[in-house]
Amino acid sequence: MAPAEPARSPRPVLVPLEDRAADNLRFIRETMERAGSFTAVPGWGGAAIGFTALAAAAISSHQPTAARGIFVWLAEAALAMVLAVLTVAQKAHAARVPLFSGPGRKFALGFAPPMLVGALLTAALYRDGDLRLLPGMWLLLYGTAVVSGGSFSVRVVPMMGVCFIALGAAALISPASWGNGYMMAGFGGLQIFFGLVIARKYGG
Amino acid sequence: MRAKLGTATAERISKSRTQELRLSAVSGEGQEPLAPALDRLIHERMRLGIVSALAVNPSLTFNELKALLRTTDGNLSVHARKLEEAAYINCTKMFDGRLPKTKYRLTAAGRRAFERYLDHMESLIRAAREK
Repeated sequence: MAPAEPARSPRPVLVPLEDRAADNLRFIRETMERAGSFTAVPGWGGAAIGFTALAAAAISSHQPTAARGIFVWLAEAALAMVLAVLTVAQKAHAARVPLFSGPGRKFALGFAPPMLVGALLTAALYRDGDLRLLPGMWLLLYGTAVVSGGSFSVRVVPMMGVCFIALGAAALISPASWGNGYMMAGFGGLQIFFGLVIARKYGG
Repeated sequence: MRAKLGTATAERISKSRTQELRLSAVSGEGQEPLAPALDRLIHERMRLGIVSALAVNPSLTFNELKALLRTTDGNLSVHARKLEEAAYINCTKMFDGRLPKTKYRLTAAGRRAFERYLDHMESLIRAAREK
């Protein structure tokens, strides 16, 4: 029987210095992007949006027609958008990362399509005068947007989206008159609760 | 002709030597440094990951860092301690209810060291491009 050959250690692969440096920079960027998901979604901003939604729910409940109530919520959506953009930018600035670095860009790309679909469906349902589905549909699509955008973020973000989806599903099978209450619970209550959790645990 | 070729070769060798010196200097291996030596403490992958993650967060807990860097408790604590000893990060131990929690922050010295390391890597790439 032939003696077994001693195992040879593999010859080290020579990597040019500049390739090693580029690899290190890539590693740093990727780590910063992944770590940035801890900070991309603004908690305090989310809670502030929740408080404006509570005010919108109160104003909407005093409107003489359903259509006017819907307009109050559309105005609230515009205000929430402005608040969201400002607080995302403020949080990115505080963490010294570009606004559309990895996590911010991934969140925007996941979040935007369901919101766009929501806007189109709102216009179509308003044209047909069918407003009773709007609260459930808005909660469902907002939840979908948060799950989709937040799938790259910390676990609490997609979890918030799932809660919105559950609330939206409940709104769809409930009487239309409960719509404003569901909106208040979702865009007000859930938003404030999760906003405070994110602010406390994930850097503001 | 031969003299011309000789001059060209000498120039090429001299250029190559300058380049080698420049690369070795930025890599921290040369005798005549043209740039500060490489910070070996940050250069290690796990420690580089810890510092990079803390550079974009005000603070991170031990468990957040462990999940982010996909490592074990032992490995993370060894490398975090080395950074702590160098005063690149500071560590706060606290209780969240009944659960002990360890929080890490990047110090000013750590941020400066990280920025120096980034400059170092960029100068390596720049030097190679000028070759």
